[in-house]
Amino acid sequence: MASEETVDGGISYVTKRLRAEDHVATGVLTAIVAAILVVLVAIIGYIVASGASKAFDPHFLSAKPEQFKAGGGIGPELFNSFYLLVLTLLISLPISLGAAIFLTQYAPEGPVTNIAKTAIETLSSLPSIVVGLFGMLVFVLGAGWGFSIISGALALTMFNIPILVRVIQQALEAVPRDQRDAALALGLTRWEATIHILVPAAMPAIVTGVILSAGRVFGEAAALIYTAGQSAPALDFTNFNLASPSCPWNMFRPAETLAVHIWKINSEGVVPDLTAVSAGTAAVLMICILLFNVLARIVGRALERRLTAE
Amino acid sequence: MNKELDEREEIAQAASSAHGGERQPKVRSKRSIERKGLIFTGICVGLVVVLVVTLIFMVCSRGIATFAHDGISLGSFLSGTTWNPHSKGADGQPRMGALPMICGSFAVTLLSCVISLPFALGASIFVVEVQPTFGQKVFRPMVELLTGIPSVVYGLVGLSIVVKWTSSWAGGTGYGIFSGSIVLALMILPTVTSLATDAIAAVPDSYRDGSYGLGCTRWQTILHVVLPSAMPGIVTAVIMGMTRAFGEALAVQMVIGNAAQMPTGLFTPASTLTSVLTMGMGNEAMGTVYNDVLWSLAMVLLLMSLVFILIVHLIGRKGAAKNG
Amino acid sequence: MTSTTPLLATEDVTVSYSGKEALHPTSLSFEKGGVTALIGPSGCGKSTFLRSLNLMNREIPGCRIGGSILHHGKDVNTRGVDTYQLRKQIGMVFQQPNPFRKSIRENIAFAPKRHGLSGKANIDALVEESLRAAALWDEVKGKLDQSAYALSGGQQQRLCIARTLAMHPDVVLMDEPCSALDPIATYSIEETIRDMAKRGICVVIVTHNMEQAARVSDRTAFFLLGDMVEFGPTPELFSRPKDKRLDDYLTGRFG
Repeated sequence: MASEETVDGGISYVTKRLRAEDHVATGVLTAIVAAILVVLVAIIGYIVASGASKAFDPHFLSAKPEQFKAGGGIGPELFNSFYLLVLTLLISLPISLGAAIFLTQYAPEGPVTNIAKTAIETLSSLPSIVVGLFGMLVFVLGAGWGFSIISGALALTMFNIPILVRVIQQALEAVPRDQRDAALALGLTRWEATIHILVPAAMPAIVTGVILSAGRVFGEAAALIYTAGQSAPALDFTNFNLASPSCPWNMFRPAETLAVHIWKINSEGVVPDLTAVSAGTAAVLMICILLFNVLARIVGRALERRLTAE
Repeated sequence: MNKELDEREEIAQAASSAHGGERQPKVRSKRSIERKGLIFTGICVGLVVVLVVTLIFMVCSRGIATFAHDGISLGSFLSGTTWNPHSKGADGQPRMGALPMICGSFAVTLLSCVISLPFALGASIFVVEVQPTFGQKVFRPMVELLTGIPSVVYGLVGLSIVVKWTSSWAGGTGYGIFSGSIVLALMILPTVTSLATDAIAAVPDSYRDGSYGLGCTRWQTILHVVLPSAMPGIVTAVIMGMTRAFGEALAVQMVIGNAAQMPTGLFTPASTLTSVLTMGMGNEAMGTVYNDVLWSLAMVLLLMSLVFILIVHLIGRKGAAKNG
Repeated sequence: MTSTTPLLATEDVTVSYSGKEALHPTSLSFEKGGVTALIGPSGCGKSTFLRSLNLMNREIPGCRIGGSILHHGKDVNTRGVDTYQLRKQIGMVFQQPNPFRKSIRENIAFAPKRHGLSGKANIDALVEESLRAAALWDEVKGKLDQSAYALSGGQQQRLCIARTLAMHPDVVLMDEPCSALDPIATYSIEETIRDMAKRGICVVIVTHNMEQAARVSDRTAFFLLGDMVEFGPTPELFSRPKDKRLDDYLTGRFG
């Protein structure tokens, strides 16, 4: 060794310096990680705390929003957010499942697969505002549906497909290969092997991923501003006339969601209690998303237990 | 064809006798099941490809209309510094210089990456090298939670906290590129962190063992062996962060100040492509020049995302070639 | 079909992965009721050869099977072959037991049901018949609806054999079926193999274990580096190997 200078007890000077370096570096890293965690907790805590008074107020959760006076609520927006979520999942799930199965089971080596993979990657990297504008062109204007739930759901579907495809693909690929081999060796088709053997085995991971993706969809706003719109007609839950704008289930009515509502009232600035309303809406949004996260883990774990114990 | 049918008959007979005469008249031939499966999944994939291609085509065709149809010059669009499409400039053309927004977008993107990179990198190194169990069990799930926070909520936090804080020490209103970058840095942190963590975790342990075997400390190993080897992955992580930052609309729009002028500093109101797009699209009727030029902005956004994806692909290919 | 046509035969079968030939032209034949062992060191091509017999290699992207594979005298290595029917008649048991994540009963009944079998009585009869043939019936008859994963490794492998036998194959391919099992489980599987052969099933077994090959097979083929080097009756092959390389392998000069 080059420097054999011995200082106290046989540890060379160089070693001491290197060790000190190591400690300092570790300290810095620990500080960084702590800072990130603190900021995370602070953000979530701030949102939930500042909006808590409104978020747990049943009047706030059921009343319709007010434009120029205080005391408005987010009732329609809350319903719209969930309705849009369910519709989006119903549409995007089969398509994503099909695409993921194609990529993992059928995809031949070659240009077809590469094009498909690139397309999905591209879709996942597009700014959501661009997806929303495309949705506006095709669904709102092109199909003539105007600002509507269905336009929003289709735009969100485009946003959600890359997420789901990746989740399902990973889940399917995590199933041991010899499960598939066993099925094929018994004379079954790749389709049957996938549907009856692979998908059930991958179900916990798929369900977890779907619920987590629901959290992302629930909070999306940019894609909805120009598809589902920024207005929320008052909803009459006793109205079952699907053509009426006050019928909650009418898919062709405009539907502002929680996330869009936050943006709208802040950019318009006409609501007198907008700080409180934004905070409350954001708190409700955050709490729902946190619940989705927790639900995803609980359901995932329960399914996993049932799968291995059955 | 006939030979195939005969064979199938033969085999079906054999099968039915093998199963004790249990002949099911409705057994769908395996081939048709497979074909139907292939068709269904193929349609799903085809649908996605068609959607993406249509999107790119439609946005670009609208965006190009500004230049091809309305006669705005591409040069003045890209380099003009005045954005005031309702008024006409000295040459009789509407003032549609997009340079302020282009600069604004690049400024917040680059600045947010610069701010978040040390944190993301530090956290990744910590999670992989220093405390892997804590990293897996606590840190990664919590960072995942950060990904789940909607962008409007970040925007709201930006409005209520970041802007106020910025104006308290920098003066002014607090809106501007700096606040925008802080908010974006928070937003892209989870993305960059998780990708960088993957990149560092992917470095084979044998590299580390080799370094330790030579007597290096942990930090020396990280600095001289692990990080260089993970570099393509880390660069990819940063580019993906940039992609997200560049395309973020609402959170930025809420804190950037929305003044369509060339950014004079970090603390004066500015605009980005996304912020102008978000605010303007609802106001202008389709078919007008203003509307067309908004689509041109959308097209620029789209093309930049494609460029980012291309860069990531090229890095991936180079990295794969290097690591053999 | 004359009595001299072998049940299964290959003529100059080759297997290549992305253009690189991993198995050189190999011609072997297998008789009804015979047990053939394929032996050789790691990577010699014996498993590759085995997996081409039921065209499983086709499931690997970039893999090509060349040559003819004659089942009942008809070449099945063609583009138009019905692989689904073929794999009913040529079954396969894998190295690691791989039962489905279903009940014991479902593991066996699943494939026949998807091939058209129906009726509870028929299904139950088939399940019992298959489990008896795999010497597993007595151990599991009371818990057919329990998860297959509750069984031990040896039992799981016998379940996989039962699952294959439920298809009433005339050939069963076994890819090192005992390598993950303890000696007692191995013994019971070797018993099952002898039993299958007695009932007329042609068994082709890849094994790393030369003693097992000697115990269980009547003919043996020795593979080395992608070539089938020697093929003949087991006792002769082991005591009087013709090829020096086989002799070296048997005496342990390489493994």
